[in-house]
Amino acid sequence: MREIQGKDVIEAVAGMCMRGNTVLPADVRRKLEQAMAAEDSPSAVEVLRQLLENADLASDTKLPLCQDCGLAVLFVEVGDDCKVVGGNLRDLINEGVRKGYADGYLRKSACDPLTRANTGDGIPAIIHFDMVPGDKLKIAYMAKGGGAENMSRVTMLAPAQGWEGIKRFVIERVAEAGPNPCPPTIIGVGIGGTFEHAAKIAKRGLLRKLDDVHPDPKIAAMEKELEEALNALGIGPMGLGGKTTVLGVKITLEPCHLASLPLAVNVQCHSQRHEEVVL
Amino acid sequence: MAEYKLNTPLTDEDIEQLKAGDVVFLSGTIYSARDAAHKKLVELLDAGKELPFELEGSAIYYVGPSPAPPGRPIGSAGPTTSYRMDTYAPRLHSLGMKASIGKGKRSDEVKAAMKEYKGVYFGATGGAGALLSNSIVESTVIAFEELGPEAVRKMKVKDFPLLVINDCHGGELYVKPRLDTVG
Repeated sequence: MREIQGKDVIEAVAGMCMRGNTVLPADVRRKLEQAMAAEDSPSAVEVLRQLLENADLASDTKLPLCQDCGLAVLFVEVGDDCKVVGGNLRDLINEGVRKGYADGYLRKSACDPLTRANTGDGIPAIIHFDMVPGDKLKIAYMAKGGGAENMSRVTMLAPAQGWEGIKRFVIERVAEAGPNPCPPTIIGVGIGGTFEHAAKIAKRGLLRKLDDVHPDPKIAAMEKELEEALNALGIGPMGLGGKTTVLGVKITLEPCHLASLPLAVNVQCHSQRHEEVVL
Repeated sequence: MAEYKLNTPLTDEDIEQLKAGDVVFLSGTIYSARDAAHKKLVELLDAGKELPFELEGSAIYYVGPSPAPPGRPIGSAGPTTSYRMDTYAPRLHSLGMKASIGKGKRSDEVKAAMKEYKGVYFGATGGAGALLSNSIVESTVIAFEELGPEAVRKMKVKDFPLLVINDCHGGELYVKPRLDTVG
């Protein structure tokens, strides 16, 4: 059984929070540059230009890309053959988030849902654990801002609605969200599982790189079809019109109950802040 | 589409000339307030008490900045989504607020209030918080410090780049999604 030191978990998570909030991922930058080259509308070009300038400034000054440094969402894969020593894994991860948000001057946005009192330190984080074979600990961090998250939805379709029903729901959701979630957005679509599982896999899909093509050609084609349909809406950067409403669509499909067709749409802003470490 | 340089406090004349799509570089004093601060401002009004700042001619920026690192007046400071303030905005317009700054759609009630009381809704680029913070030269918390990022701040801005999204004549810049293009 391989041992992993608790302090290494804290440092790794804190580092991801700080880097993730200040450095635009390379795949997102490439996609924004391509989008800027493809746009004809001056306002669309100007918004994309500002986003690229913002990314340069954030990485130079270490200011967060966005003032909303999100609720910290972590997807953790724990290998069967490793053991974390020096503390409980959930506590260690929360401690890493607390440290990263404090040391990085990141905005703490966690609060009581009813009194709205801020917890003051950015925790508790939302942590999803999964047991996997091997002796490694893999932690992925995502900063999930409120503006985009608020535009997300879960629904239960009837099985007969199939792919046509799924497409319609996703398109109508993105159309209704309009300028609110800071388009161009990245759309995570979870199809299958149960009510809560669909939401989880929709979000997990957002950890994939924008330029990665789904290994299943059928799903890859569905992603392409949805991406084209969403860009045809003409919402454009910040809702001011244009060809770039979404930077990508990531579909995750898993088996479900024979009576159900759970569907979740998780909307992610253009910054798509995420990081991954393997210990 | 025209370009204007405006200073706070804003006047009826400032607002009337603006059309959706115009670019405005705003200088002067603006105030930050978002969800929790708006609730408290309205509670003060209900109780017949003074607000922490003068509403007449004011511009409210819907922002919850990240903490200021050493050597900077403010952290990252881009706009938050505006619809959450729609419940409160008509009343503030009726009492003299001239402009709100945010991102995303406004309700019909807010648009009607802007027509009636000569107000404007400015958009700033969402997610460009590091860039926009460069236009904020000073920032001081003046009320509701306990709200942390949601406290009310008095901020001095210089040439803050804004786009007129809704003007006081009923004009709107946001495009309607082309739902007819999809099957």
